[in-house]
Amino acid sequence: MRRYLTKKIITYVVAFFIGVTVDWALPHFMPGDPIQGMLSKYNVADNAGYQALYAQFQSSYGLNVSLWQQYLNFWHSVLSGDFGQSIFAQGATVSSLIFSAMPYTVALLVPAVLLSYSLGNRLGAAAARRKALDNSVLPLGYVLQALPYPWLALVVVYLFGPVWHLFPTSLGYDQGLIPHFDWTFISSALDHWFLPFLTVFLVSLGGWAIGMRNLVIYELENDSSRYLRALGANERVVRRYAYRNASLPQLSGLALQLGVVIGGNIVTEVAFQYPGLGNLIFKAIGAQDYFLLQGIFIFIVIGVLLANFIIDLVFVSVDPRTRLSMQGAAA
Amino acid sequence: MSESTSQAPALEVAATGLPGGSAGAGAPPKRNEFIYYGLRNPKLLFGLTLEVLLVLAAIIAPFFANYEPLTTTGLGPQHPGGTFWLGTDLNGYDMYSQLTNGLRESYLIGALGAAFATVVGLVIGFLAGWRGGWLDEILQLVTNVLVMIPSLVLLIVIGSYLTSRSILFEGAFIGLTTWPWVARAVRAQTFSLRSREYVDLARLSGKRPVSIIVKEIAPNMASYLFLVIILLFGSSMLIAASYDFLGLGPSQTVSLGYMMNQAASNSALLYHMWWVFIPPGAVLALMVVALLIANVGLDEVFNPKLREQ
Repeated sequence: MRRYLTKKIITYVVAFFIGVTVDWALPHFMPGDPIQGMLSKYNVADNAGYQALYAQFQSSYGLNVSLWQQYLNFWHSVLSGDFGQSIFAQGATVSSLIFSAMPYTVALLVPAVLLSYSLGNRLGAAAARRKALDNSVLPLGYVLQALPYPWLALVVVYLFGPVWHLFPTSLGYDQGLIPHFDWTFISSALDHWFLPFLTVFLVSLGGWAIGMRNLVIYELENDSSRYLRALGANERVVRRYAYRNASLPQLSGLALQLGVVIGGNIVTEVAFQYPGLGNLIFKAIGAQDYFLLQGIFIFIVIGVLLANFIIDLVFVSVDPRTRLSMQGAAA
Repeated sequence: MSESTSQAPALEVAATGLPGGSAGAGAPPKRNEFIYYGLRNPKLLFGLTLEVLLVLAAIIAPFFANYEPLTTTGLGPQHPGGTFWLGTDLNGYDMYSQLTNGLRESYLIGALGAAFATVVGLVIGFLAGWRGGWLDEILQLVTNVLVMIPSLVLLIVIGSYLTSRSILFEGAFIGLTTWPWVARAVRAQTFSLRSREYVDLARLSGKRPVSIIVKEIAPNMASYLFLVIILLFGSSMLIAASYDFLGLGPSQTVSLGYMMNQAASNSALLYHMWWVFIPPGAVLALMVVALLIANVGLDEVFNPKLREQ
């Protein structure tokens, strides 16, 4: 178990290092000079004044030192959690923007991922043993898997908004409310949360169900299952073993899928104008706000790494091979 | 014809190293075993027919368009029917012309994305699976890190570096961010195949690694790989639709995702202009569903264990 976890942790440390380095490097390659952009707002006609202001902004954003020094400074700010001031929302720090957007993304993603995963697995496993159920779950799963995400969002917005007037189809809460812990705000937030949640949930449900169905069928035809049957074990025991074996690839699939889910989440939040990280990242790009972009990127990387680590810990409890430091399915 | 063949061909099938082999009387001759089962698999036939029809539509249908996809007809929004088979949008663009054009672009992107992912994934997967050891560890690490980096953000940054994005760029980008799926599959298969006796034999006889991989290992995972590539083809089309929807797609190109982007930004939903945004997504979903169904059918054809008795 120790070897398994050590190996995993090394992977995460390297991934974090690469993530931070890429994060630092990429925005530096972005075209356009954000300081020029900011200065154009002030309309400075005098050239000397412009130069002075430029230098002033450059040093206040820490861009006047060598690249190497900038890189080290970046590590310092990452480790201290201080990403400086946002460019497009002047006066707000990057961290405050991220922290006010994060609850929305977490509230959207965590329930959608966990619910679609567990329900999908159950549906798939049930479909693998009942032909009648299989004939309805399988086609439905394929349709769900094949739905283009933006289209599902558009259709849901159209039906629940202009056609049925059932749910609000944009923003995270009623305009005019201030985010606050009281019933009016929470009910309004839930009202706005439901549709984006539904679409993310539906889109991932089909994949899990089909994956589980196929895996259970493979496992039931496996030699180990045949051996169990030959020993006289009843079908319920065989199925239980098949389910346990089949859930391992599904679990590592969940770890792999996280990056994809977050990408899909950007589409969700843009389609529903939901005030989470995905929407923020989109705004940051439009405004060439690379401090904000860097901050969000790091947060997403940390989030994905943490989630992966949790899945690894779950693996230790589900897959005995990892405890014995043999090669498990997660390797 | 299956009745007339004896046990001998069945043994031959079992000896090729295919998982399970199709034992039992009445097995068809080996050469056209896949065709034999393929022609009798309703899922494959259904999916393939639907897909072929859609591909034909993508090739032929644009020639019947009376308007250019990005030339306005000068009229306000028109309902479907009559002169405009699928109606026009708020700007007076002909939806039939845009849709058929988008169909073409989608298949192109699917093919490009799958091709790039396959080439990179094959090389990395074979290298990692065949060499093993530290090279495998490093390649696995690269794969795992790449999977964790949100590709959409990467696209945004790289994309803004270029003045205009082409279809080739989008296809390459999708391929270069999805190859880990191929690489993982190839690596796992290579791992399990490289310790087989016939591979050892090939190695003992002094064959070079490249020729062992090409002649001994690759053919044995070809069917499996084919299925992975089909799935990648479908997911490339879906990913491209998301990118185009966010306005990050190829410039000056009408794709299905672009149509949805335009529908959203022109408030087609508020005006109840369903004909503007329902068809592009529905057609794309149909294209991917057909692929998935054909894929299940193919799986049953390639894998004797899954064939219905």
